Amino acid sequence: MTRTRSDGTATATVPAARPADPPAGQPPAVPSPAVPSPAVPSPAVAPTTADPQSAAAPPAAQAPALTVRGVRIRDEVNDREIVHGVSFELRPGRAVGIVGESGSGKTLTCRAILGILPAHFAVSAGSIEIAGRDIAGLTTPQWTDLRGSTISAVFQDPASYLNPSLKVGVQIAEVIQVKSGLRRRAARRRALELLTAVHLRDPELVYDQYTFELSGGMLQRVLIATAIAADPQVLIADEATTALDVTVQAEILDLLADLRERNGLALVVVSHDLAVVAQVCDEVLVMREGEVVEHGPTADVLYHPRHEYTRLLIAEHEQYGLDRYLADSDSTTDPDPDPDPEADPHAGIGPVAGEQRKELDDVR
Amino acid sequence: MSADGRPVLQVADLEVHYGLRRRRRRVLHGVSLSVARGETVGVIGETGSGKSTFARAVLGLVRASGGRILIDGEDVSRYSARQWRALRRRGVVQYVFQDPLRSLDPDLPIEESLIEPLLVQGVGRKEAVERGRAYLARVRLDSELFGRLPGELSGGQRQRVAVARVLVTEPALIILDEPVSALDSANRVGILEILKELRDAGVALIFISHDLGSVAGVADRIAVLYQGEFVEVGDARAVISNPRHPYARLLVGSAPTLRSAAASRAERDALRALLHA
Ligand SMILES: Nc1ncnc2c1ncn2[C@@H]1O[C@H](COP(=O)(O)OP(=O)(O)OP(=O)(O)O)[C@@H](O)[C@H]1O
Ligand SMILES: Nc1ncnc2c1ncn2[C@@H]1O[C@H](COP(=O)(O)OP(=O)(O)OP(=O)(O)O)[C@@H](O)[C@H]1O
Ligand SMILES: [Mg+2]
Ligand SMILES: [Mg+2]
Repeated sequence: MTRTRSDGTATATVPAARPADPPAGQPPAVPSPAVPSPAVPSPAVAPTTADPQSAAAPPAAQAPALTVRGVRIRDEVNDREIVHGVSFELRPGRAVGIVGESGSGKTLTCRAILGILPAHFAVSAGSIEIAGRDIAGLTTPQWTDLRGSTISAVFQDPASYLNPSLKVGVQIAEVIQVKSGLRRRAARRRALELLTAVHLRDPELVYDQYTFELSGGMLQRVLIATAIAADPQVLIADEATTALDVTVQAEILDLLADLRERNGLALVVVSHDLAVVAQVCDEVLVMREGEVVEHGPTADVLYHPRHEYTRLLIAEHEQYGLDRYLADSDSTTDPDPDPDPEADPHAGIGPVAGEQRKELDDVR
Repeated sequence: MSADGRPVLQVADLEVHYGLRRRRRRVLHGVSLSVARGETVGVIGETGSGKSTFARAVLGLVRASGGRILIDGEDVSRYSARQWRALRRRGVVQYVFQDPLRSLDPDLPIEESLIEPLLVQGVGRKEAVERGRAYLARVRLDSELFGRLPGELSGGQRQRVAVARVLVTEPALIILDEPVSALDSANRVGILEILKELRDAGVALIFISHDLGSVAGVADRIAVLYQGEFVEVGDARAVISNPRHPYARLLVGSAPTLRSAAASRAERDALRALLHA
């Protein structure tokens, strides 16, 4: 099969995804006019803190599309801090990955960026800027304006973000009408274009279906279509391709790569699939128990991990990795990532719990 | 393998349609599969090809329009809705829904969700609580989360609760629809190890997943579903390392791994051309 071996650095230094072969006879990758995003649930729990004077600098050509500085998130009911400081900067056309433990705060971080933390949760420190605007103190109408057209998202549980009693096509078209002022017929046409762009086999049929009539992967693509409808500058993809088979996933990743190249879309990719992150992201944050334990260029983090937890994550990923079974892969005998001889194994920020360390040893 | 040959599930020539009249469409066609005690069959394939539909048909949640389904030797194909409910309540067959929120009552703290099927079976409350907690611990769920509602958990926490919930009744056949899709690699390994233990204990498993590495790691056999038909069924390792059907080749070729780049656009187009030839 057509599979090129790439040891760490080789793949990782080419983060802009696959080479752009002209897709002969492929559906038009992406439609153009501006429209909005998934009906974002729950009103904004306005994040607090951050000095408001920082909204000054006008977005220059390469100004960050998204800046997250030392964001901490508290659960105010249980009086606990859940996320202990996340920072990253995302420029147009770039992609940052967030990987890590289940329950470590990845989704909450994304929701904080969109101003949709669940009730009782609040940003207790740090600041977030979207396209140069500090989100602290944004009013509800300002948020409505921003979501969809500047920043949008695809979340883990697609069914929760669509109305079960309306046809999915109608929901997308409605959003398009509201955001871009297109007339009904034009909005419908555009919605169909978007459903085609996400490689749904029969867009006309899907347009007229209800959420319960769609498979998990179809639903996920409907949400992706909605999220990119308004040409946002930033797209947050929280496990956005997990319900897709790898073939469709590849098409969607190509589509996102096109959008990055053509429109300068910036991506935040939350994924448990390290291979996807390796393919898509320029840099990676590794989270564990609300803490960012490692942050750096993808090539460094995934192929020369420094923190114990990152190593554990990779080792366990490879324990059930496809590489073990691929016939013409010459790496089957050595499922461990290439260790970096220079790296200090104890350079991590914090220790791994005893049990996990034992597992790590077992895998080695 | 530990399979002792006696099939827990036999499906022959299954047909499923959705929709009425003009909207009636065939989703599954001529699907046959049997799963023995102590055997794990992986089902992989296209999104929308009918994997979840297959699972729902085996649980009587959608009605087959043709073919036969035998569970533990008993033909259930003509069961009435009430008979299906009774069968499901006995807990012989259990299903982990693809969307974990559908497996769980949104208004019930997860510990209650877990013991409910046991109470239905007549297990005393004290023992039910004990068993429920043991399974939550087994999927590595922190005990401080036991009293929470499903909506107050992260994606992966919910998924682990959904898995624990089907394990408590110790069923003979478990169908898991994407049980590890929301899990980090450590928790994924944890769940996959549990599946192997269940298999060794004689449970029959159907493991539906897009994660080819996980399927290859736990399944004895793999069935590849494409447009409502099994286009390839065979030894798990063989299907992954040497797929024969053009769709299976496209699928395996499209999977990115940490060590090798997946097929490029042009390569996928070439494989797809083969498929339509
Ligand atoms: N609505 C809520 N109410 C109470 N606690 C919550 C709520 N949402 C999340 N949490 C808790 O906050 C922590 C972080 O959750 P978050 O959803 O951000 O995790 P995650 O990193 O996205 O995990 P996963 O990979 O499993 O999706 C978890 O311990 C979770 O139980
Ligand atoms: N209740 C329903 N009514 C009508 N059509 C349905 C219904 N449920 C599913 N379908 C259709 O049946 C087909 C198969 O869906 P199914 O959910 O079984 O796919 P799947 O293989 O599980 O996909 P995925 O990998 O995306 O979860 C899809 O075309 C879907 O639109
Ligand atoms: Mg999450
Ligand atoms: Mg499904």
